[in-house]
Amino acid sequence: MHVAIIGNGIAGITAARWLRKLDDDVRITVISAETDYFFSRTALMYIYMGHMRFVDTQPYEPFFWEKNRIDLKKAFVERVDPANNRLYFSGGEEMGYDKLIIGCGSKYNKFGWPGQELEGVGGMVSYQDLQYLEERTPDIRQAVVVGGGLIGIELAEMLHSRHIPVKLLIREQSYWSNALPPEESRMVSRHIKNHGIDLREETELDIIEDNGSGAVGSIITKSREKIECQFVGLTAGVSPNVDFLKETEGLKIDRGIVVNEHLQTTVDNIYAIGDCAQLLEAKPGRRNIEAIWYTGRMMGETVAYNVLGKSVSYDPGIWFNSAKFLDIEYQVYGEVPAKGREGLASLYWEHADGDKAVRINYEANGGQVRGFNLMGIRYRHEVCEKWIKEGTDIEAVLRDLALANFDPEFYDCYEKEVVAEYNRQTGSQVQLKSKRGLEPVLKFLGLGKYGRKTAKA
Amino acid sequence: MSNDRKYTKKTILQYVGLGLFALSLLIFTLMLGLDNYRFTPEQLTAPFDDELHQTALREAGEASGLFSENYGTTFAATDALAATFKDAQARVDAHYEANGLPAGKQKWEVELPGWQLDSQRTGWIKNAANGPVSGSPWLFFFLTLGLGALGGLLYIIPKFRASPGIKHDHIYHSSLTRGLNLSWRSVALGAAIIGILLYGFYYMGQKMFWPAVTAVIALIIIGMVMIVQKSLGREARDAGPETYSGYLGLLAGTYFIFFYILLYWASHHIVAWVAMVSPLSEGIYRFVSGKDSGGEASQWFLYGLMYTTIMIVMGVRMISKYRHNKYQVIRTLSVMFFQLSFAFMIPEILVALNKPWYDFKNIWPLDYDFFHSWSIDGFLDNPGQLGMFMLFWGILLIIVGVPLMVHLVGKRWYCSWVCGCGGLAETMGDPWRQLSDKSLRAWKYERFIIHGVLVFATLMTAATIYSFLPERDYWFDRSTFLIVFSLLIGIAMAVVFSSWWKERFEAGRLGMILAGATGVSIIGLNLYYLSFGGDSYLFSSTGDTQKWYGFLIGAGFAGVVGTGFYPLMGNRVWCRFGCPLAAYLGLVQRFQSRFRITTNGGQCISCGNCSTYCEMGIDVRAYAQRGQDIVRSSCVGCGVCSAVCPRGVLRLENASGDIGQRTQAIRTIHVTEDDISIMM
Repeated sequence: MHVAIIGNGIAGITAARWLRKLDDDVRITVISAETDYFFSRTALMYIYMGHMRFVDTQPYEPFFWEKNRIDLKKAFVERVDPANNRLYFSGGEEMGYDKLIIGCGSKYNKFGWPGQELEGVGGMVSYQDLQYLEERTPDIRQAVVVGGGLIGIELAEMLHSRHIPVKLLIREQSYWSNALPPEESRMVSRHIKNHGIDLREETELDIIEDNGSGAVGSIITKSREKIECQFVGLTAGVSPNVDFLKETEGLKIDRGIVVNEHLQTTVDNIYAIGDCAQLLEAKPGRRNIEAIWYTGRMMGETVAYNVLGKSVSYDPGIWFNSAKFLDIEYQVYGEVPAKGREGLASLYWEHADGDKAVRINYEANGGQVRGFNLMGIRYRHEVCEKWIKEGTDIEAVLRDLALANFDPEFYDCYEKEVVAEYNRQTGSQVQLKSKRGLEPVLKFLGLGKYGRKTAKA
Repeated sequence: MSNDRKYTKKTILQYVGLGLFALSLLIFTLMLGLDNYRFTPEQLTAPFDDELHQTALREAGEASGLFSENYGTTFAATDALAATFKDAQARVDAHYEANGLPAGKQKWEVELPGWQLDSQRTGWIKNAANGPVSGSPWLFFFLTLGLGALGGLLYIIPKFRASPGIKHDHIYHSSLTRGLNLSWRSVALGAAIIGILLYGFYYMGQKMFWPAVTAVIALIIIGMVMIVQKSLGREARDAGPETYSGYLGLLAGTYFIFFYILLYWASHHIVAWVAMVSPLSEGIYRFVSGKDSGGEASQWFLYGLMYTTIMIVMGVRMISKYRHNKYQVIRTLSVMFFQLSFAFMIPEILVALNKPWYDFKNIWPLDYDFFHSWSIDGFLDNPGQLGMFMLFWGILLIIVGVPLMVHLVGKRWYCSWVCGCGGLAETMGDPWRQLSDKSLRAWKYERFIIHGVLVFATLMTAATIYSFLPERDYWFDRSTFLIVFSLLIGIAMAVVFSSWWKERFEAGRLGMILAGATGVSIIGLNLYYLSFGGDSYLFSSTGDTQKWYGFLIGAGFAGVVGTGFYPLMGNRVWCRFGCPLAAYLGLVQRFQSRFRITTNGGQCISCGNCSTYCEMGIDVRAYAQRGQDIVRSSCVGCGVCSAVCPRGVLRLENASGDIGQRTQAIRTIHVTEDDISIMM
């Protein structure tokens, strides 16, 4: 069987790796027009800032692909012909397949702004986007970044590292307030401004203006302000990169490629994974398109089973994510809605410095813990997940809160303050019981000598 | 300044600091040419008791005009000395030829031996120096070390004003820190190795044996990696900029290499540096001992002083860079403290008090001459209990301290908290930590080379102890030693192989076979000597073995390559590829320690910051993205992978609850056929 995979991102590559792990005979071809080898897209910013070389963003050495008999093909797929199981590449080449996995990722959103096709307008999704920014950099005296999501702040940080004055335009009152609760959102806003990045709240792009030579000269906001700039970064979200598939017969495309819980599209032998896949039915509390690293990884693994005829349904489990806003690390586990929810109580503690915070959400009636939001403090995934999965009572969680702490050794611990904050709010008398460290965690998770005999993976 | 703005912004003060540092470096370099050298008959003859030798030297000097010339360079002075010495030798020989040898004497007992030139040369030239440096050593001390430290601090201290957080902007944009690509790196390394082997031929008195043995072993290792382990033909991760644009790094590396060559093998050319620090050395000596004279500096005092100064200045830099990270701050203060006190001040004080020079934190086999006869004699001959305590303490560290501490917290307690080599790497070397090679091939080389050095160091030491001990009639004779040595190796092998058998850890077959074969061979060797005896153990000349080890490993590897290659191969070249103590600590860490780096569930995004900034060349990401704990013998626990992770994935931890399963990939995130979960 020949499995062709369009896209060498985390989803496609994970699929290829698992196909090989599960089946020694399957022929695997990964097709990408972007780069020769798989690289970590999330690390693009570090190349621009000089933290890493491009090769450092590649998790596998070149020989890995040959050793695992994964064929890499650098080509651009123009058209898929499902009736004849063929792919047509730009340049006239073609290739047959038995099963096809599409993991072609996202592209950055353009909302029809006048001037959005001018020179000096770019995003930060692909390797080509990075190259383009590098190419423009010498000409940029001032930059505007439109959209305050995760990529927006990264692009602002990148430009800032090259000493380019940046204005970060966000529609909301504070940074990423549609995803972060208000306190955390305001914390990041403050942090951005402290770093010398000009955060413009409630500011929307209206027009991108030509400087007279086909390149950006300035922008006009919806409140008619004119901002001189030589680069406009469009970071108002991403959407599935599926234009080339729109004419594919029998393949249902909505915003993304529609797939069932086995990641199968409306064409029997075609599957879609990662950013470009749109689940027919979203899992409870999750969206039907999630452009997230680990969901791409999980989908890649799940699809390998399904392609090989072992039915496995996709289940991303309890929500988690992480990011870094300039110098503030962010982690989230479970349910942390930006605007809260009826019946969901929220314990929020913030450090006096204003750059660290812990939020624990739990049921106001019943006390089951539902979610954790961490700013500038690291918590253990497995511990938080177990508490959430088991609906552990908030007071039990607080007593054992130190188990969750994942900060490096010698760091100040704030569990006591979090518990005190809870006691202050509720009048309870909860006492912090456990100490942080791996030994009690192993015990709690039932690992090593504390658990069942562990099977080898 | 190019308009792509690939630079960090600096304040005026920082530019002043850089300027002062550059100036100090310039003076430091040029001052070697400032003094003149005038020899006097009294100085020339002072080291010799034999009147005939004295006369010959005096006459030869007068004949060659040695005493009338004021030589402008150390090179001219060296040449003139060599010519004079040769003439003096001829005069002595001629005397005996004419008058016959004294009754009952062999010629070698009475001649003027050639090695005296090598051992007296530096002293002669030092005493002959006159000129600005000898005239005002303190001035030059302040213009070089003082000005350099001041410039460094002026450059570093303003960094404390930047907001805390990871400071890696433009590391790969700077020509000083971006490194070289694989081919240029290989050329530099190849040239260094060949140069050292060629020089080794002369160093060993033009004997081919040891350089040839070394070259053969090098070829065997290359063959093992390339052919047996099938690395040949596999495209390696190049991991370097496409051009040789890291020219400032290359320049810095070359400077370090030349510094070490002068320090180790040509100290007569750096007498000006030694003269400049001598007043300080004398001051310390006289203050501690209460004497009115003595305490002149050697090149080792110069080295210790520079080492300590650099570590303190660059330690301040490390703290400024990581001041948001308490682990890094405390660890850096720790290495600074141990260098200043244990490695520098305490040994100086001991010597001033007429005790053996001893660094209480230096452990065999890094401290490879701990068991050499002069060292043991130094401990034993010392009046009072201190010498015995030093000997006892040194052995205790080897057989109890190392295994116990590594078991509890990993080898980091030593390598990145205490050790001087590690301390220099973590402070001065930090700007280059990203240049370690992360390829699988580099890892393969690492394992063969570092464990090879450990075996060599062990055998050399066994030979040393064997030669030192009496054959019979003492409570600890050669037989006792061979039995104890075999038992220690046997116990270590039994522990490792029994847990391997029980599948308590995963390890490659080749490695286990090689380790087993080495252990069995050593025990076999011991049985042979136990049964048949012999004048020396394994090597025909223990002295030559020690000399070659000191030259090749102690100076060439640890110094010239170890530090000289900071800007080319990262700051832990020695610790990763060469240090036998690191190998020993690493074996314990790999097989019997509570330490590991844990990964945080599914949070890894494979960005590669951890691998990039791992100074030991560990591909941390390969583990992190699978959710697997990292147990690697080479990990020195510097904690930088954890610090640079943007997603909070890595933590250095100790626990005994799962000690037998640390290395197994049991917590990998993956799909089962009915569910997706994080497997535990």
